[in-house]
Amino acid sequence: MHSKPKVFWIDAVGCNGCSHSFFNYPEIKELLNKVELLYHPLLPSPEFKVQKSDILIIEGALKTTYFPRLDFNLVELISELVKLSKKVILLGTCSVYGGMFGEGVLFNKQKEGKFFEFKEKMIALPGCPPHPEWIAYVIEMLVENKNILLDKENRPKEIYSYTSHMGCLRNEYFEWKIDALDFGTKEGCLFYLQGCQGPFTHSSCNRILWNEVNSKPRAGTPCFGCTEKEFPKKNLFKTETFMGIPADIPLGVSKRAYLTIAGIAKSLKNDRLNKRLIDENN
Amino acid sequence: MSKEVKKLEIMKTALNLFAQNGFYTTTIADIAKEMEMSVGNMYNYFHSKESLAKELLIYTSKIFGDEIKKINDMNVSTEEKIKEIVKLYFNMAKEEPELVDYFMRVYLSNKEIFSNGCEGMLCVSAFVTEIMIFFEEGVKKKELKNQDFFAAFGLFMGYIGGLAFLFREGILGKNLDEYIEPVSENIYNALKA
Repeated sequence: MHSKPKVFWIDAVGCNGCSHSFFNYPEIKELLNKVELLYHPLLPSPEFKVQKSDILIIEGALKTTYFPRLDFNLVELISELVKLSKKVILLGTCSVYGGMFGEGVLFNKQKEGKFFEFKEKMIALPGCPPHPEWIAYVIEMLVENKNILLDKENRPKEIYSYTSHMGCLRNEYFEWKIDALDFGTKEGCLFYLQGCQGPFTHSSCNRILWNEVNSKPRAGTPCFGCTEKEFPKKNLFKTETFMGIPADIPLGVSKRAYLTIAGIAKSLKNDRLNKRLIDENN
Repeated sequence: MSKEVKKLEIMKTALNLFAQNGFYTTTIADIAKEMEMSVGNMYNYFHSKESLAKELLIYTSKIFGDEIKKINDMNVSTEEKIKEIVKLYFNMAKEEPELVDYFMRVYLSNKEIFSNGCEGMLCVSAFVTEIMIFFEEGVKKKELKNQDFFAAFGLFMGYIGGLAFLFREGILGKNLDEYIEPVSENIYNALKA
């Protein structure tokens, strides 16, 4: 029988939201039984010490001014742990890009990060937080010693090839360019007025649902683009426009092509969707 | 002569006749006569006068759109681009007045002809898309004020369209070229950030 992979889960500068997301994974007990947990900041685990691991999970961002642990500052500590690990999972947008709190491990927003030289052994799982299923998928694949296809930013293709727009229940409104005029309405697309970043955000939020039932846009909240480098942007509930034209457009098309098709769709008017589908007064 | 080339010739002939005499006064027979074709043969190319009018709208919109795209691709300031667009429009009003006349006298004055199949942006998207890109890039470069698209579009196109109309009516006291500078300046001052 093979020995269980050793997992070291370190908390850098963050909110522990990624850990809490993971705690919502329905089969967490079974998954944790497949590994030997060397350390976790919130789960019962052995004493914290610098040591070798098969899988190092880094949650949170880097900051040199952070309080020292074991006489190391945070960057030195991460450096030691990364060198002693076989694989590194960068958990959450803070860890991958910097997010709310500081610098990312692999990237510093758009630029290369302090540990870019270790890219080969890193798997990036951005998200604020990442979905528990995404975390479990990567851990399971590593435990099973299976190959995970990664994109140029080392994100698993199975999760981040899609946009959070894919699978959104409001797609029919997007097709016909019918906006949700108010926050919290069940009908209408959130892209044009309400700030939704779904069409250009790499994630599977509308394919692998949260709590197995929902996603932000399904519930009436715009996608905040929490898996992206520049997260968090300002004015998350308002679409940034230049002369009425969305500043960011769906991935993979030119602005010219998008404006043409958007103008045509709007001109054709979908009478069914232009009025409320469920109108209690009519 | 290929069918496509012939079709284009019919369109150009129709464009002139529609622009000169109006849509309703011009008949398929008039166009056929000008083309030295039989009326029956004309229907091999266009099944109705309305369908010809719609194709012409797409055609004129594409000509304007292609020219504005060239301006959009120029590496110059937005102020300079405004001047180029004004110059382009006024030159067309002088050199190819039928294009401008068709847009203003047929399309904008007889919307009922275009109500089925050319609604909204459907037949003019080539032109409107390029204008959108022009405005969007101007705002992005912080050279134009970020405002409602149609408020800016109306100010720009309404203004130069109005001048071209006055020119075609013979009301302008001066040559249209002499208005390029002051009109461009006014538009820039009205739209700048």
